[in-house]
Amino acid sequence: MKIIDIFEETFSALAANKVRTALTMLGIVIGIGSVIAMVSIGQGAQASIESSIQSIGSNLLIVMPGAQRSVGSQVSTARGSATSLKLEDATAIGNEISGIKGVAPEASKRFQVVYSGKNTNTQIDGITPAYSDVRTVEVDSGSFITDQQVSAGSKVAVLGPTVREDLFGAEEDPIGQSVKINKIEFKVIGVTKAKGGSGFGSQDDMIFVPISTAQKFLLGGDSVNTINIAAETAEVMTDVQQQVTDLLLERHKISDPTLADFNILNQADIVSAASSVTGTLSALLGAIAGISLLVGGIGIMNMMLTTVTERTREIGLRKAIGAKNGDISIQFLTESVMLTFSGGVLGVAFGWGASFLMSQFAGLTTKISTSSVLLAFGVSALIGIVFGYYPAKRASRLNPIEALRYE
Amino acid sequence: MIECVNLYKTYVNGDVETPVLKDISFKIEAGEFVAIMGPSGSGKSTLMHILGALDTPTAGSYILDGKDVSKLSDDELADIRKNKIGFVFQSFNLLSRATVLRNVALPLVYAGVERAERERRAIEALTAAGLPEDRFSHLSNQLSGGQMQRVAIARALVNNPSIILADEPTGNLDTKTGDIVLETFQQLNKKGGHTVILITHEPYVAEHAERIIHIQDGMIVSDKKNFKRIETHHYKA
Repeated sequence: MKIIDIFEETFSALAANKVRTALTMLGIVIGIGSVIAMVSIGQGAQASIESSIQSIGSNLLIVMPGAQRSVGSQVSTARGSATSLKLEDATAIGNEISGIKGVAPEASKRFQVVYSGKNTNTQIDGITPAYSDVRTVEVDSGSFITDQQVSAGSKVAVLGPTVREDLFGAEEDPIGQSVKINKIEFKVIGVTKAKGGSGFGSQDDMIFVPISTAQKFLLGGDSVNTINIAAETAEVMTDVQQQVTDLLLERHKISDPTLADFNILNQADIVSAASSVTGTLSALLGAIAGISLLVGGIGIMNMMLTTVTERTREIGLRKAIGAKNGDISIQFLTESVMLTFSGGVLGVAFGWGASFLMSQFAGLTTKISTSSVLLAFGVSALIGIVFGYYPAKRASRLNPIEALRYE
Repeated sequence: MIECVNLYKTYVNGDVETPVLKDISFKIEAGEFVAIMGPSGSGKSTLMHILGALDTPTAGSYILDGKDVSKLSDDELADIRKNKIGFVFQSFNLLSRATVLRNVALPLVYAGVERAERERRAIEALTAAGLPEDRFSHLSNQLSGGQMQRVAIARALVNNPSIILADEPTGNLDTKTGDIVLETFQQLNKKGGHTVILITHEPYVAEHAERIIHIQDGMIVSDKKNFKRIETHHYKA
């Protein structure tokens, strides 16, 4: 029996009972469609979380002060309260650690900021020029902090877009104006581009000043709040983290790593923690949709069994005119695979449409990957084979004499 | 060309053995028109199933065109049916939603014949079976009983088989239509040289054949030439 003939026989058998074919197919369409739509929600969530984590910089390690203990005492102060991280630590990291692209120490505190009658309370961030690379901050207008300004301790400020909005409104150009931070005048030299909320504090509601200026006029002391380190590649991050830990332990003269007065956050860890959450979400949604696919598959089997019973005499006739068991079996199997596969194609279209509508009207981020589409096709064909196999076998094993007599 | 030698068929159901055919032996030459006649339960249907390679005998041998087919596997039997046997059933067994041409060409689909060739041979067979040409593209459930049986006959002819086996072909037809169908068989036998085996319980039907094998309780009770053959003349090919 030729392949083209198998398809023709299959097509005419399916066309003979259009309503039943369509209803059975609908089970698969809904199953595949909901898998596609559900997985697209899960993957969309994953993609949006990952991109917001990536927006704070790439391959980032963040060193933060831990709890300080006085020598010989076991009494710990609050985490993050230690003032043991110094600017020199950042310099030492920059000089001694291999595999890093940049180091950006950061000293910050919230202050009241005033400009001609308007005021706001915002984070004042003392930084070095490396910060713009390490944390991927881009300047929208004007310029960023320079090395010169850091070494000179200039009173200059770069505003985040939110601060600029609060103090100057949309119209006025802030560049060249002076704002008062904690009653000290700073000259505005630039405005950064909006990054959006990232879940780690808005990067837009900030004012950047040279770190030396911040320490001298605003904070007092020489400690820093954070040291941002950008590794060269994702692969060396663990290694860099280890080197930094060793270096800081040595510099702070701590022999027991469990008593370290700092913590290092690894961006890859945050990403993988977030991914595992969204991965679970995807799996959960996929599993719910998978159940409807299973039900669709059982519908296919049900219909195929009914068909085999209904067409018993026809099967007997086909055998009497020379069809082999294999011919009958392949014919019914093709029928169920054609049903599920065309259901799969429609289901992918339906799922794509559903996820498009959800992103348009429900504001959900959705993402349809090629792999999930290919998987859907594969799964739909597989369902046809799995649930069509038993009915096809049953058809092929019918005794032609009894089949011809069947009423 | 058909030879049955000491055929036995016994059905076993648990401990109960039911002998259906007992020591059947006969020969049918190519081009003969033979009726196998017997009351219901006589074993004639079982014999037809064996002759049609749908079933195998418990003992004895059945030789078709010089080949012993009594011990073949399912697939080998399917090949024999495909190449050497044409069936005509009492209830026609046409695919109701398919056209006449597709019904007739169906055996050729399983034989792997090309589409154009299938169509050509189907038309040839339908013409030989005497179906009017304007019916060829009809769906088979739009035909009358007599026309359906002619389509079934054309289907049996289409692969040019060694034997045409007709199982009560007039059972579902009125007398007049039945006569036409029987005459079609006579014409195919006489003009086309086809070997026809007619299975029936009606003496009237059997008397259309040249030779009648009478079977009762699984045994041949008589096997003789039919001297009072009925020949009617409704049929116009």
